[in-house]
Amino acid sequence: METFKVPTLSELATAGVTPEIVFWVGCAGSFDDRARKVTKAVARILNHCGITFAVLGTEESCTGDPAKRAGNEFLFQMQASNNVATLNGYSVKKIVTACPHCFNTLKNEYPGLGGNYEVIHHSELLQELIDTGKLRVQGGAYKGKRITYHDPCYLGRANSVYEAPRRVLMRLDSLMVEMKRSRSKGLCCGAGGAQMFKEPEQGNKDINMERAEEALALKPEVIAVACPFCMTMLSDGVKMNNKEQEVSVKDIAELLAEAADL
Amino acid sequence: MIAQIIFALFLGVGIYFFARKIREVNKLIALGQPLDRKDRISERWKTMFRVAMGQSKMTSRPVAAFFHLIIYLGFIIINIEVLEIIADGLFGTHRLFAPLGLVYDYLIASFEVLAFLVLVACVVFLSRRNLYRIRRFNMDELKAWPRQDANIILVIEIFLMSAFLLMNAADQLLQAAGHGHYISAGLFPISSMLTPILSGWTTESLVLAERGLWWFHILGILAFLNYVPYSKHFHILLAFPNTFYAKLDPSGKLDNLLNVTREVKLAFDPSATITPEEASAPNRFGARDVTDLSWKQLMDAYSCTECGRCTSSCPANLTGKKLSPRKIMMDTRDRLEEIGRNRLKNNAESDDGKSLLHDYITPEELWACTSCNACVEECPVLIDPLSIIIDLRRNLVLEESAAPQELNGMFTRIENNGAPWQFSPSDRMNWTQS
Repeated sequence: METFKVPTLSELATAGVTPEIVFWVGCAGSFDDRARKVTKAVARILNHCGITFAVLGTEESCTGDPAKRAGNEFLFQMQASNNVATLNGYSVKKIVTACPHCFNTLKNEYPGLGGNYEVIHHSELLQELIDTGKLRVQGGAYKGKRITYHDPCYLGRANSVYEAPRRVLMRLDSLMVEMKRSRSKGLCCGAGGAQMFKEPEQGNKDINMERAEEALALKPEVIAVACPFCMTMLSDGVKMNNKEQEVSVKDIAELLAEAADL
Repeated sequence: MIAQIIFALFLGVGIYFFARKIREVNKLIALGQPLDRKDRISERWKTMFRVAMGQSKMTSRPVAAFFHLIIYLGFIIINIEVLEIIADGLFGTHRLFAPLGLVYDYLIASFEVLAFLVLVACVVFLSRRNLYRIRRFNMDELKAWPRQDANIILVIEIFLMSAFLLMNAADQLLQAAGHGHYISAGLFPISSMLTPILSGWTTESLVLAERGLWWFHILGILAFLNYVPYSKHFHILLAFPNTFYAKLDPSGKLDNLLNVTREVKLAFDPSATITPEEASAPNRFGARDVTDLSWKQLMDAYSCTECGRCTSSCPANLTGKKLSPRKIMMDTRDRLEEIGRNRLKNNAESDDGKSLLHDYITPEELWACTSCNACVEECPVLIDPLSIIIDLRRNLVLEESAAPQELNGMFTRIENNGAPWQFSPSDRMNWTQS
């Protein structure tokens, strides 16, 4: 068992310390077994690089993204008001999150409700850590392996972050292969817009199967993702294709942490 | 002289009815809710130049982009020729711009080349639509009138371009014969190849043909002008304002409903300060009918040319769900036009008991959306179908409490334990221990 020393904002406030950055873990990152591994990878990298960070812990609550996209604007704004009050109470300036849905909501939709922060996605932070030399990775466990990267809608199209995750993956010295539908043409995994929490409408195929098949057609060893929902959808898609032995679905933070032996 | 009067009459009537229709459309768009899109003006001009004039979003599908570009350039450049035709018609002159000499020669030559290329492009597009099984041109919402509309436009363009080239062919023969006012002017790289069709015609027949084609060409253009606002072809005009007023924020950003902000503020603190915008926000939550949408969403609907790039990239549609972003836009326009007709008929606002939600767009379509923004990204004229989907969902949820059962469960869990799944908030730090 591995334990992490992760301070909460309230602990640091009591000690009179202001962290460089707040790590917004998100609901998936806190509760979903698979996504927790990504959370740990991010925490390991932050610790390794000597970044002082803190989490909100039990004070964190859903950003309201799935409620908003499902049309429940009331619930979204209630959640947002509470979160803004908490974040502003700690005078938070900068937030990093490994969830593109939290990222989009905090960055784009909270300012109108009084929450103004510099919000970055963990792919951008990882790139920054590499660029500034704080995180040195070259090759490692994934050297020479075939990797394809799936763009999360809320990171890519929604916020035009296409290069940061790819530049992070380049440090692995892997063989990057692109799906035909990538970057701004990337195909959704099927989870956005609150679909994660309901059965799909009647159709002839599940969206995650369509996407998983596209990825698997490239014969990758790893499908890299940067979103906990994409992680769930594509892992399921790979499993449904009986390929989970040959192909793993991993977050860019996990790949980087493994390559750096963290 | 009589010809000039008749011409002026036709021109006047054509422009009058066009202007009347534009005013009508303008009024219908103005039925939309207010939305400020007058900020960041220089960025807006740049977007319009890049996307509408520069056709920047077309290029992702190179075949269509190439032929579309030809028709677009043809349309713009051949309009210079229309200026001359109008001037000739009003003043009773023939080839008024001929004194431009060499410039005129090259202008006419370029019109001819473009007219020919436009003709080819229209034939290519007609066959793409009717002979090839391209999915986005053969979907349910594109049956009947929309398909006919597309074909009518292409056929009209073919007729107009053919008339223009044949007219020049007749003109050349008359120029060569030195007949009457047919002064020697212009270069005819394409129509010179058509002259054999008219060989052996008498001078009188040639004059008749030239005049007949001239009238056909200009009356055809006036008719086309009046057809455009009733058709999917409206995009040739609306692409410009529509890209100008497009959303400039990241596409992932949804608006925060002001009336909800007002209610939430008051729920937290009954004496909270309410901004004038929040106070004047409408009472309706989300959109039930088109008049609940913003004017920009209504302009989007009129700007849609039904190309279906949105639908062909929609993950829900690709996997057989009912949602089609193109249909969302077509329904919005159809419903708005219906309201327009009702108003004309009854001379006032009247409730016909119908609404965009339910009567045109079903909840099943709305609940299939993943809000992935693929439709928004695809649109060559920056239409935002996603915003309409979200506004309709808002109405379903906030006024009808008609969310799918699983989503109601998700709402309840967020309310009760601050997460869309059933976990206790006190377990949020458990990941540090395991």
